[in-house]
Amino acid sequence: MLTILLDGVAYGMLLFVLASGLSVTLGLMNFINLAHGAFAMVGGYVTALLMNRAGAPFLLTLPAAFLIPAILGVALERTLYRRLYGASPLDQVLFTIGLVLMAMPIAAYLIGDEPQQVHLPAWLSGRIEVHGVGIGVYRLFIILVCGIIAAALQTFLVKTRFGAQLRAAVDDARVAQGLGINVDRIFAVAFAVGSGLAGLGGALAADVVGGIDPSFPVKFLVTFLIVVTVGGSNGIMGALFGSLLLGVLDVAGKYYVPSIGAFIIYAVMVVTLIVRPQGLFARGDGR
Amino acid sequence: MISRFSLLAAALGAALLAASARADDNTVTIGMILPMTGPQASTGKQERAGAELYIQQHGDTVAGKKIALVVKDDASAADVTKRLAEELIGNDHAAVLMGFGLTPLALAAAPVATEAKVPEIVTAAATAMITEKSPYIVRTSFTLPQASAPMAEWALKNGIKKVVTIVADYGPGVDAEKWFSDTFEKGGGTVAEKIRVPLKNPDFAPFLQRVKDDAPDAVFVFVPSGQGAVFMKEFVERGLDKAGIKLIGTGDVTDDDLLADIGDSALGAVTAHHYSADHDSPENKAFVAAFEKANNGMRPNFMAVGGYDGMALVYQALEKTKGDASGDALLAAMKGMSWMSPRGPVSIDPETREIVQNIYVRKVEKKDGALYNVEFATIPDVKDPYKAAKH
Repeated sequence: MLTILLDGVAYGMLLFVLASGLSVTLGLMNFINLAHGAFAMVGGYVTALLMNRAGAPFLLTLPAAFLIPAILGVALERTLYRRLYGASPLDQVLFTIGLVLMAMPIAAYLIGDEPQQVHLPAWLSGRIEVHGVGIGVYRLFIILVCGIIAAALQTFLVKTRFGAQLRAAVDDARVAQGLGINVDRIFAVAFAVGSGLAGLGGALAADVVGGIDPSFPVKFLVTFLIVVTVGGSNGIMGALFGSLLLGVLDVAGKYYVPSIGAFIIYAVMVVTLIVRPQGLFARGDGR
Repeated sequence: MISRFSLLAAALGAALLAASARADDNTVTIGMILPMTGPQASTGKQERAGAELYIQQHGDTVAGKKIALVVKDDASAADVTKRLAEELIGNDHAAVLMGFGLTPLALAAAPVATEAKVPEIVTAAATAMITEKSPYIVRTSFTLPQASAPMAEWALKNGIKKVVTIVADYGPGVDAEKWFSDTFEKGGGTVAEKIRVPLKNPDFAPFLQRVKDDAPDAVFVFVPSGQGAVFMKEFVERGLDKAGIKLIGTGDVTDDDLLADIGDSALGAVTAHHYSADHDSPENKAFVAAFEKANNGMRPNFMAVGGYDGMALVYQALEKTKGDASGDALLAAMKGMSWMSPRGPVSIDPETREIVQNIYVRKVEKKDGALYNVEFATIPDVKDPYKAAKH
């Protein structure tokens, strides 16, 4: 029972890191970035290729899995994304889906269609058992790392000056600009953080989902969107609670009622959209 | 205007006629439709390499005809498969269609084959009912009942009494589940639970936790070969092996092509299948050596041998018809054909057009530092039990 709960929390945390970047771009910057999964794929590839081809140790690849997608994110933000900040949601959707459709064949061409596996070091594999409750070491590791990320992100956005500036810039870019906030720079940094988090999520997820392949960006697109829908898109905490709720329900559902377990997250989404369209954990007005 | 246009059309028609006549004269075109890109790309790669190796070894001329192999990529999309099948027959005058990485793809081409009276050789897809969908379908891969029923018989004889099945929820998975559990229950065993996992859900953790808490003697598994790695890893990480639960299944889960990537967690898995790269025969040793040499050391899997035997079937049929490449003549020649494949002796059942072959029970072991499916028991001349039950 507790094993299932812990598994669910670990899965939820993983969903959180994968989707948290999206709640930065979608929730804070109001930009519908469906290409989010492509950045996650890049992060996963960075880790898998550094490990398999260059022999780098797993932990050392993680900063790279954050940085490379972040740099890529800034480059794309400066050249492409910024043109669409004020555009209609449909334009943003079309543009980012286009990016996904380009990212997948590029990955297939450069790296190949076969999934690239991440082979965890010995100290991260295996399982520990305490009072009959077993949990995989790697799942515990995911819970820890993701917990730290969630806390850091929340502090970053709520407590720091940068966070306040970002929120101001999103609320009213012109006034923020007038007050001397460099909106351009703020957006670029926020976008980089969002992309980097996606990359890190991809790297951490690679082992659990059976390797990274070119279809990764679409495979998890729906899941990302469900997390943001259920959690509410404005704020990191919404995404965190949404992810945890979905993770636990998904794992428990598959365990207790395997025949319908896979559909539970969709049911949760449908109910959420009917009862609280702004998201379960969003502030009342839904902005 | 009108006369100029009709003149052009006539000239074009004549050119086309000439082109088709040339193609028909001395060349037999084999249209191979495979997923060369996308998640099933490894199937396409292996199949193609198998077919090409056969041509390389046996020359590209048989019974006075030149063999031309045309490979097309359907990226696992059934509508594309169908269009490519039509194009291959219409434009390239293909005498034989071959390949088909997944069941829906084989089914998509079936009406095209029937209408054009062109043999469709299925060298990969493995749902049992495929060959019933067109009288022109012949199969050189295997069927899931063919591998699953012998697995159940082996389990019954080896002290396994309680089993949980986990299969991917689509045609072949349902086939595997049905034939394993029916055979196992008929023999007095208990199937405690039948779990179907979504095809596109690679997280097996909760399902395996459930299996662990059921505490069966063994878990029978069928997942498409690409998902074997993640399944095995989770199986070991969750401690099912230490809990004394055996892993049994069809050979898809310990695919030769992916075994190295799965790693040591595969050790000890017992599977029933028609081909292992470790199969001990002079034909197979030669096949594996030539295949690895031609493909940068890539180890052949059951897909490669399916493609290789598909080509073997066409060559032998052409020899029998003395070069007559018309669909009905080839089909008649293929029925009842028997030959020695790298996997062992095989034949085509004349009634069902289904391959009859040995099924081997194998265990994953380490040999010279590499993992192999080492065969230790043989069930000879297994016919597809699904069709045998009907006749």
